[in-house]
Amino acid sequence: MLKEWAKFKGFSAKNLPKEEPFAPGHRACQGCGEVLALRLALKALGMNVIAISATGCMEIISSPFPYTSWRVPWLHVAFENAAAVASGVEAALRALKRKGRFPRNRRVDVVAFAGDGGTADIGLQALSGALERGHDLVYICLDNEAYMNTGVQRSGCTPYGAMTTTSPPGKKSIGQMTWKKNVPAIAAAHGIPYVATATPAFFLDLMNKVKKAALVEGPAYVHIYSPCPTGWGTKGEDSITLAKLAVETRIFPLYEVIEGKYYITRKITKPKPVEEYLKRQRRFRHLTEEEIRKIQARVDAEYERLLRLAECL
Amino acid sequence: MPKGKDTALISWKEVPFGCYILEPGNSVQFKTGDWRSFRPVLDKEKCVKCGQCYIMCPDMTYTQDEEGYYIVDLTYCKGCGICASVCPKGAITMVVEEV
Repeated sequence: MLKEWAKFKGFSAKNLPKEEPFAPGHRACQGCGEVLALRLALKALGMNVIAISATGCMEIISSPFPYTSWRVPWLHVAFENAAAVASGVEAALRALKRKGRFPRNRRVDVVAFAGDGGTADIGLQALSGALERGHDLVYICLDNEAYMNTGVQRSGCTPYGAMTTTSPPGKKSIGQMTWKKNVPAIAAAHGIPYVATATPAFFLDLMNKVKKAALVEGPAYVHIYSPCPTGWGTKGEDSITLAKLAVETRIFPLYEVIEGKYYITRKITKPKPVEEYLKRQRRFRHLTEEEIRKIQARVDAEYERLLRLAECL
Repeated sequence: MPKGKDTALISWKEVPFGCYILEPGNSVQFKTGDWRSFRPVLDKEKCVKCGQCYIMCPDMTYTQDEEGYYIVDLTYCKGCGICASVCPKGAITMVVEEV
């Protein structure tokens, strides 16, 4: 436990914050898991926050002119530089505090939101730079596993075998040919104080992790798995079920990396077969038994590696 | 198209300089309720007031009334059905919206 968290008791179902920094009337699809993750993250952070959004679904749906869904200061920047702009905002806040033009003891969190494309592919160098420089910011990646905003193109975070418009399955192809990029591990490799993974199905876990990330002095990275009914070919009502299944099948394990130490926050002792998760989505409909066995083997190996990391480090 | 605050977008004369949006959270004027084809209906007999529907709603439609029940605001409800699927008691059912 870090000393910054000494006063933070954690959220519970009885003492959820009342304020909503994100307003209704946004134009997300029915059953969007990403906007739910964004809402929960902002709810945990409260109103004293400056939000920076990279281009992506969450920027498009929250700000069609002349409306905005943001009740907190919000900046929209280009696809690749959410982390760079967040660094600039944080540096400006520090300078204003030094010059006495901003109350010194007023706490303002700087938070950058980006999708998986804006984090794993396009914004990776800006993210790496911000983590390296050690700015006091929170970077939240809302991972829906493809470029959903422009029409489901593959990204670095698209899992193996998934159908997207740029990785179509056919006679010579099985869909996405590479494995999902492990961005939390890349962020943890920078030696930053706090890295976590979360999913909206476990909302208290998500809110606590985001709040802890904000309280940490220095950069923090939170990777939030957010189901996308449109891109994945699922029913809107299944978003939460899928997010839960991804954790229960060990496809998306929930863990924290606190100053280099791995802690698994939700240990799955009796995993469900990955088939249960894959069969519910249209993007995995073409997968054969053999491919599913291959995915199962990879998921087991990754989880085993994570368990060993948690034991040894 | 009839002129009115609900239907017409603002004219260029009213647009602030630089196309700034000066009112935070003004998307509440945009009513997404007409996207809906299914409507959640709460059975108060079964409800245990756990608040799962309130916290899991992506459109912030649920608010608590004086008795503690979570009531849906149909102005914004898009009818995704997440509330019905996360309800631990099965108190919420989705019924077809009739015009």
